[in-house]
Amino acid sequence: MGFINLDRISFNPLLPEVKQVMIDAINSDLHNPSSQHKAGEQAAEKLADARQQVANLVNAGNAKEIVFTSGGTESVNHAIKGTAMANREKGSHIVTTNIEHNAVLRSIKRLSNQGFKVTSLPVDAAGRVDPAAVEDAITDETILVSVMHSNNETGTIQPIAEIGEVTRRKKVLFHCDAVDSVGVVPVDVEKLNVDLLSFASNPFSGPTGVGGLYIRRGTRIFPLLDGGVQENNKRGGTENLVGIIGMGKAAELAVQHMEERIGQMQALKDYLAEQLPEYIDEYIVNTDPAHSLPNLLNISLKYIEGESVMLMLDEENLAVATKSACATGSLRASHVLLSLGLSHADAQGTLVVSWGSDHTRADIDKFLASLAGVVNTLRSMSPLYQKA
Amino acid sequence: MFEKHNQTNDERVEESAMYNQVVMDHFKNPRNVGVIEDADGVGEVGNPLCGDMMTIYLKVDEDEKISDIKFQTFGCGSAIAVSSMLTELAKGKKIAEAREITNKDVAEALEGLPKNKLHCSNLGADALHMAIQNYEDKKAGVTREPEERQEKHEHGEGETCYCPYCDVEISETAEFCEACQRDLTEEH
Repeated sequence: MGFINLDRISFNPLLPEVKQVMIDAINSDLHNPSSQHKAGEQAAEKLADARQQVANLVNAGNAKEIVFTSGGTESVNHAIKGTAMANREKGSHIVTTNIEHNAVLRSIKRLSNQGFKVTSLPVDAAGRVDPAAVEDAITDETILVSVMHSNNETGTIQPIAEIGEVTRRKKVLFHCDAVDSVGVVPVDVEKLNVDLLSFASNPFSGPTGVGGLYIRRGTRIFPLLDGGVQENNKRGGTENLVGIIGMGKAAELAVQHMEERIGQMQALKDYLAEQLPEYIDEYIVNTDPAHSLPNLLNISLKYIEGESVMLMLDEENLAVATKSACATGSLRASHVLLSLGLSHADAQGTLVVSWGSDHTRADIDKFLASLAGVVNTLRSMSPLYQKA
Repeated sequence: MFEKHNQTNDERVEESAMYNQVVMDHFKNPRNVGVIEDADGVGEVGNPLCGDMMTIYLKVDEDEKISDIKFQTFGCGSAIAVSSMLTELAKGKKIAEAREITNKDVAEALEGLPKNKLHCSNLGADALHMAIQNYEDKKAGVTREPEERQEKHEHGEGETCYCPYCDVEISETAEFCEACQRDLTEEH
């Protein structure tokens, strides 16, 4: 039986066209883009082409506003630590939310240990932040607001454009962690009013280990990696050109096929949500139906624990992700799920199911049939289910 | 400094987060799952650290031997495997012998657990000891309030804390990790 990857939020295979441009790039032994001879110039052209392809994806007015990084985590660290350090004399207050990815949470935690003050905003039951709360949290000391575009656990999308309007008016820098959105749904830095936008290549089927940071022209920011003058002086170090070329191609394809892919993925999401009650009962959908990614559904299965579900589905060659405390190294319940108001017991049974536009209804059917069996098995041995 | 760092890395390679074959076998084919309606002793424990819960049911014969044992568990692969192995270890034993079963015995019988899952084995022995206590209370005519019977498992013997950031062993009261210099103000 074939392997079905319904854990696309963790990994997307490279598209064939992306693989091809990367193989070609390896075979052509591209030189260092910083070198001033002809071979270097050739490499620099490839780099510039990829930068333009990526700029088009997020609608950056100038391709120079794109900095290539080693992925979403570096982009986020650069955006937050780089602006905090560069703007410290203006103030030391940062506003964020309770549901950010660890890259944001821990970057900000690091800064708070260094004396920065932090206001972290709650979300409503749907998992969304109120732009008015952002406005209220901003003080004269505030130098940065950081809010994610879509949540990596629930897929719920935040009102970024509305928050951007607030930060623009208040003249505070606005960073958006859009790692799980860019290349999947339309993300336009002009419409969103963001100053900094973090993203990665793999969510739109480009290579892992490559990402981008959009830095609006005129933004005060220090490099995270000091070194040479690469990336318009914003990131030292010779570029990962093969990866960047792959990311550029993936970005071009994402622009071309976005609408069609969204249609296919949303159809699968609707189908999954509609079929679920035919297979299982007593579950909670944690993804806001009105504002969310088309490729992900977060469900909490009552009375059972997510790692057990994940392992049993794995036995049937189905990969899903879980947000159970037991499956994390730290053994703590997901801060995102607790922020939504879920109980610890319900958070324990949480699965994150995610797919691509190449999945089919048959894949979803197979998943549902296997899930129903696993849920029955685990509930039959759960002391909580017997009592309910 | 360097030596210490290398040692840490080696430990991490050895103690992978994956379960071994014995654990997977007990997880996939758990022994003694279920409820004994007319049980002679029942023990329930919950572990607030990771949200696991386990109930153990005992049937004890006239020779003070555990003639039947069943379990119900809400928890991860490790918690289910631990429950299953625990019931196998206790079945057929005299009460006095079963009382001697430790968390370490269960983990060893499973040929090891990933170290961040070792605390799941505490659940198993605790539930068994609670069930034995319940059996002996019944025999002696002692009645306890339900709250008294339900042990809330806290950091217990044999349980070690690890830094959630770098996985190095730390003391229970540490406020920061010496290995990675991270702040550890939250529970660990």
